[in-house]
Amino acid sequence: MPTRLEPAPVMVERMVSSDPASSPSTSPESAPVIFDIRGLNVYYRDFHAVADTDLDIHQNEITALIGPSGCGKSTVLRCFNRMNDLIDGARVEGRVLYHGIDLYGPAVDAVEVRRRIGMVFQKPNPFPKSIYDNIVFGPKVAGWKGNLDDLVEESLRRAALWDEVKDKLESSALDLSGGQQQRLCIARAIATSPDVVLMDEPCSALDPIATYRIETLMRELKERYTIVVVTHNMQQAARVSDRTAFFSVDVGTQGQRTGRLVEYDSTDQVFTAPSLKETEDYITGRFG
Amino acid sequence: MQAGRNVLGTSAPLDLSGDPRRLRKERNVRRLFLSAAVFTILVSVAIVLSLVGEAVAFLQSIASEIDEGLGSLMADGWFPRRDRFDLRTIIWHTLSVSIIAMLVATPLGLGAAVYLSEYAKPGVRRVLKPVLEVLAGIPSVVLGYFALRFITPDILRNLWDTTQQSNLMAAGMGVGILIIPLVSSVSEDAMQAVPRALREASYGLGAKKWHTSLRVVFPAALSGIVAALILGLSRAIGETMVVAIAAGATGGSLLQLNPLYGGQTMTGAMASLAIGSDQVAGGVAAFQSLFFVGLLLFLMTLVLNIGSERLVRRFRQRY
Ligand SMILES: Nc1ncnc2c1ncn2[C@@H]1O[C@H](COP(=O)(O)OP(=O)(O)OP(=O)(O)O)[C@@H](O)[C@H]1O
Ligand SMILES: [Mg+2]
Repeated sequence: MPTRLEPAPVMVERMVSSDPASSPSTSPESAPVIFDIRGLNVYYRDFHAVADTDLDIHQNEITALIGPSGCGKSTVLRCFNRMNDLIDGARVEGRVLYHGIDLYGPAVDAVEVRRRIGMVFQKPNPFPKSIYDNIVFGPKVAGWKGNLDDLVEESLRRAALWDEVKDKLESSALDLSGGQQQRLCIARAIATSPDVVLMDEPCSALDPIATYRIETLMRELKERYTIVVVTHNMQQAARVSDRTAFFSVDVGTQGQRTGRLVEYDSTDQVFTAPSLKETEDYITGRFG
Repeated sequence: MQAGRNVLGTSAPLDLSGDPRRLRKERNVRRLFLSAAVFTILVSVAIVLSLVGEAVAFLQSIASEIDEGLGSLMADGWFPRRDRFDLRTIIWHTLSVSIIAMLVATPLGLGAAVYLSEYAKPGVRRVLKPVLEVLAGIPSVVLGYFALRFITPDILRNLWDTTQQSNLMAAGMGVGILIIPLVSSVSEDAMQAVPRALREASYGLGAKKWHTSLRVVFPAALSGIVAALILGLSRAIGETMVVAIAAGATGGSLLQLNPLYGGQTMTGAMASLAIGSDQVAGGVAAFQSLFFVGLLLFLMTLVLNIGSERLVRRFRQRY
């Protein structure tokens, strides 16, 4: 029986930037750290995908991971809920402390981790089941006992989808539009009452209106959840996130491409006064 | 630029009609494949027509030459050489062998498929899958003797000492083992075809492996799994060698409700009419009955195949 992952009673607080001028209006410095990542290295077999990354994720904030394609954003995100376990040959080194517990420690059960840390994927991936069954899937497999109807309504309301689907909960989730499917996936992720919601390019398959709705939703959701979002959309990162982590790729002598964290700061700081030229070039579109 | 100058840089007038030799060659290749397809269809049609012809002749000859006439189709037992052609007997035996076979093959075949597709590490899978496919190549005569020499004396006799030397149960189990590779390999392919995104959705929600396998992968692959089971069932109905060896194939048989007793199935009856001491030759009703039973078998598998297409379409989940 694996040790149950209990939230640590004492939250670790860490300051990211000591410069108060960089502090955005929401003052993220005060938010407790819930992910404390130190010396993260990820390999796919021999391929070194991400090198020496340190990162703090703060509670009830939206943290955006940006950077060029292939720099390892998804790889890092998938370390937060041990989704990399599912990939044959993937290996994670370093510490990923979640409320002070190392997620890759020997006594941690990945299933338990994923019940607390939900995920929304790039491509909407509803189950080929009814809307209702999509929502109740997570709570059911977790053995949740309670009023499922209420839970479905509440989750759909929080995901701003209730009004559109309340009359067809029994129809197939695949009959929804792409934007609705993605909101259903968000509703499904929050139905298990997670602590953190990870989103990997949640709007990349959506039109601007659906994107706008999901961004609005993310801002609402951060009242309850901590959100980490990967995005290729600079405006999106600037609009929704509190902090931004910029990743880049180092090309080694043999042409191997290894991702690395270049700059991490409050979003205001990164977008208005990045400390590195590399970040500025990327944000202003002069990358590569 | 000069008019008529083509891409090759020559100034010959533009001609797009193509090389006649190449066109002729293409036509010939097309005809070659077409004739192969037509030949196959003609052979199938000829087989069905000859079955139908002989089957009708069989009905005519029992109607005119045998005292009971068509009533002999409902006589006591299947004894073709004594003009007793009770179809219920052999149909029931075929069903009971097939049901027993499916009871063996469904849990084992699907269990193996779920294991291979969802649980086995890639290395294990790379070894086990070919092994399973080799199993599919075991000649059925080997399984017939396995049923006769091992299943009956070492398993069934130990459980029920009234078990006959030849019995439907052993034959059914032998056929079941025979179709396990078919069932598991077709349904494993169906499970492998379920997109990775659905598995990730499930694991991302904190589902355990068996939840993901049974509640996400299995339902999404259901159409393929149903197809696998129906393929297995039609193979079981048509399987001849195992039942001929293990179920008792000589003479004829009375209707046997107890699978621990011997009996002839439809295929067993046909085999015993066609070979060995029971061999019969043209003209007599007994010989023609062979085609009649063959036609019935053909219709049964046809119905199964059409039914499976429908089922598959109904169960199909888009993903
Ligand atoms: N399953 C895998 N097996 C092997 N290599 C992988 C696998 N997944 C990712 N990689 C490699 O790891 C590196 C980082 O990939 P990752 O998907 O994390 O990039 P990303 O920053 O999310 O890119 P994108 O913006 O295009 O989604 C890439 O070079 C990629 O080829
Ligand atoms: Mg990615």
